[in-house]
Amino acid sequence: MEETIRFTLNGKKTELLTDPSQTLVWVLRNQLGLTGTKWGCGAGFCGACTVLLDGEPVRSCSLPVSDVAGKKVITIEGLEKKGKLHPVQKAFVEHDALQCGFCTPGMILTSVSLLQKNPSPTRQEVIEALDENLCRCTAHVRIIDAVMDASKVMKGGK
Amino acid sequence: MKKNEEKLSKPVTSTKGPGMKRRNFLKLLGGGILIFFQPWNVADLLAVPQQQRRTLTKDYNAFIHIAEDGNISCFTGKIEMGQGIITSLAMMMADELNVPFERVTMVMGDTDLCPYDAGTWGSQSTQTFGPAMRAAAAEAKAVLLDMASAKIGVPVSRLEVKDGIIADTSNPGNSVSYAQLAKGQKLEKYLEVKPASEEYTKFTYVGKPFNRVDAIEKVTGRAKYTGDLKIPGMVFARILRPPSHGAKLISADVSGAEKISDVEVVRDGDFIAVISGNKDKVDEAIVKIKAEYTFNEMPVSDKTVFDWMVKAESRVSVVRTGGDIEEGRKQSDKVFESEYHDPYVAHAAIETHTALAHMEGEKMNVWASTQSPFGLQDAIVNELKMTRETVRVRTPYVGGGFGGKGAYQQGVEAARLAKLTRKPVMLVWTRDEEFFYDTFHTANVIKVSSGIDKSGLITFWDYHVWFAGTRGAEIIYDVPNFKTTSYSENASAFRVHPFGTGAWRAPNNNSNTFARELQIDMMASAAGIDPLDFRLKNLKDEKMIACLKSVADKFGYVPARTPGNRGIGIACGHDAGTWVAEIVEVKVDKGTGKVQVVRVACSQDMGLCVNPEGALLQMEGCISMALGYTFSEEVHFEGGNILDRGFDTYQIPKMSWLPKIDCVILERKDKPPKGGGEPAIIAVGAAVANAIHDATGARLYRTPMTPERVLEAIKKV
Ligand code: FES
Ligand code: FES
Repeated sequence: MEETIRFTLNGKKTELLTDPSQTLVWVLRNQLGLTGTKWGCGAGFCGACTVLLDGEPVRSCSLPVSDVAGKKVITIEGLEKKGKLHPVQKAFVEHDALQCGFCTPGMILTSVSLLQKNPSPTRQEVIEALDENLCRCTAHVRIIDAVMDASKVMKGGK
Repeated sequence: MKKNEEKLSKPVTSTKGPGMKRRNFLKLLGGGILIFFQPWNVADLLAVPQQQRRTLTKDYNAFIHIAEDGNISCFTGKIEMGQGIITSLAMMMADELNVPFERVTMVMGDTDLCPYDAGTWGSQSTQTFGPAMRAAAAEAKAVLLDMASAKIGVPVSRLEVKDGIIADTSNPGNSVSYAQLAKGQKLEKYLEVKPASEEYTKFTYVGKPFNRVDAIEKVTGRAKYTGDLKIPGMVFARILRPPSHGAKLISADVSGAEKISDVEVVRDGDFIAVISGNKDKVDEAIVKIKAEYTFNEMPVSDKTVFDWMVKAESRVSVVRTGGDIEEGRKQSDKVFESEYHDPYVAHAAIETHTALAHMEGEKMNVWASTQSPFGLQDAIVNELKMTRETVRVRTPYVGGGFGGKGAYQQGVEAARLAKLTRKPVMLVWTRDEEFFYDTFHTANVIKVSSGIDKSGLITFWDYHVWFAGTRGAEIIYDVPNFKTTSYSENASAFRVHPFGTGAWRAPNNNSNTFARELQIDMMASAAGIDPLDFRLKNLKDEKMIACLKSVADKFGYVPARTPGNRGIGIACGHDAGTWVAEIVEVKVDKGTGKVQVVRVACSQDMGLCVNPEGALLQMEGCISMALGYTFSEEVHFEGGNILDRGFDTYQIPKMSWLPKIDCVILERKDKPPKGGGEPAIIAVGAAVANAIHDATGARLYRTPMTPERVLEAIKKV
């Protein structure tokens, strides 16, 4: 029943022998050891499991791994480049935009995707993009501030 | 109760310390200087839930290790769940010992390594633990100074410490470092610590904004939570659950689950689970089990619960009384009678209860997301008939607790499965299980009668509270005739709640503050006095007055009578030794009943603020979290069946709900630090209700204030 699935994971070509009906979140977490992708509900409601699929934020708890064949997947572990934090990660640290940190990977990836498509979002656009990502520690205000700040830094090419 | 008192008075012998025997610490840590201290005082202990009071006061239950390389570690049974103590406690240590922050490590929540701790609750960590730890660090420094004095032959009075180096002030070349002092040592000191004596000034770290030490790990995905751990041979588990609290299993057909490849069914009496190395497989298998139950539902639902509570056979106690209520009534120009309702509310951390357990030989190793590692250790010892020495609980980062992870059933379940199967077992509760087994904030009823005289002074205050306890129930205003009566569960006569209940952020203070501050607002409005003026007129409490004045400033408050079509509301109160006042502005859509909070100003007096950055974050968090109980959060149920089992029907605050938030922390450098994790949550519901009244003239007497309820109230105006 296992199948070979090929996709690009965090910039690296990946080949995986796996049960294709498994959800992407558990393949990432359990089979590939990428535990930065969190699991909070398994039903698409919280956004903790968000990864980028060809640049789009998707809920990896609701996606069979077979769906990523031939596509590009980015997880939170894939954002750092040569030991340097992505500007969005950096802004989250600087703005203290987290408490328990469990929603943080999903928040950051959703924001990264927003800024790729819309480098100068308004506050309202940031809120709309992140509205379906839940944070129970309610770091909301800081998260929005962090994303606004990251957008400025990224345009500056830093 | 009796038992605990006995324990309290009996000295605990040193070798019977919790976790590992004390003698082993130095061996394990490999030399250096080890300083034990004892941060509890009896008053703190009495505040600890009874079942949590285990090893009691006389043992040394926290310690500092100065390693041979000069690095400092502080071992504590407290845990980090987002409240930031891994940073703020380390800052206190660094300041007291005069070492760079980077050299301090906090080792938290490991029952083998750390001294006993009753659990990480609410705001207590900074408030009671912090000062004790500072004092211990100061004592530790004194020990080091003595050693240095002997070593370099200079009296202590001439020594000064900077960056972990002790030097002669009149000859700075003559110095010795902590590392040099610790080198080759195997020294243990036992200190009785008095609460911090020193002034809270001259700090390098404390009182300055500081980023969290865990932030980098958390933004890169490297931070390890319980569910991120993996042991070779590990399997995932799902447990068969009853559909309703109180339901009993009569039969189960597991053949459907057994047919699935890679899945094993584990059975021990009524306890049935499936395990597999593949997480998705256990989810698939568990629903294949056909089970039958008998039901024994309590005749109560979210609709009838308030009547049910008032009629319950409860324990009645008069908590506080002064003056004469009847006399007060006679002096009143106007009298107000109201009843307030508050439903069950869930904790709903994004990380569900998770545990990994592995039994190796006789040793049970458990990692769990819990606010009470030692409580879990005890529960495993009791339920699995093991000894304390053979059970070790560790607590990686916890993905949010809010009181909900004071319960640790998942840890016991994982240990049970590990013992049965001898495999490492990972148990990640589903969101459904998380709602089902949550220990909810309890529903409650509050009835208040009060009066004012012609000049707008409060004449009497007769307050009755069912099942919300008395945290926040004090009348903070200056009232001559008052009485607070509390009705609590009389377990032997009547079971009130069909499911578990427990502490929620600022347990029940929300409910009490809601009732009190609405009642106050109502009286202000009837007296034709601005609600801020009315409060100031009836207050003597200096801290409350200072908070109200500063929040009014921050908000740019303009006095007016209510309702005044503006949508501005005020509320205040105190919690965990911290005073807080809030002013909110709302917009009410009179067609749909939808309310949006536009802005919130909040002022807080929390004594010395150890980490302002962290405290502001906590305040904003509290305010945002409060929007949930204010507008949407309510657990619906029918007997023992919880109807809300996911984030689809149980809505928690989202980005788009957020107002603009402005916070002020009053400067109190000379006062001991108080809890900052909870107070700002207490007044939001009341301030919003008062703002809705200001906007529309409609009064809501309960939370959550859903659009339907707001509309209904508007219709009654
Ligand atoms: S875990 Fe995927 S949305 Fe919650
Ligand atoms: S930081 Fe805890 S859920 Fe967002």
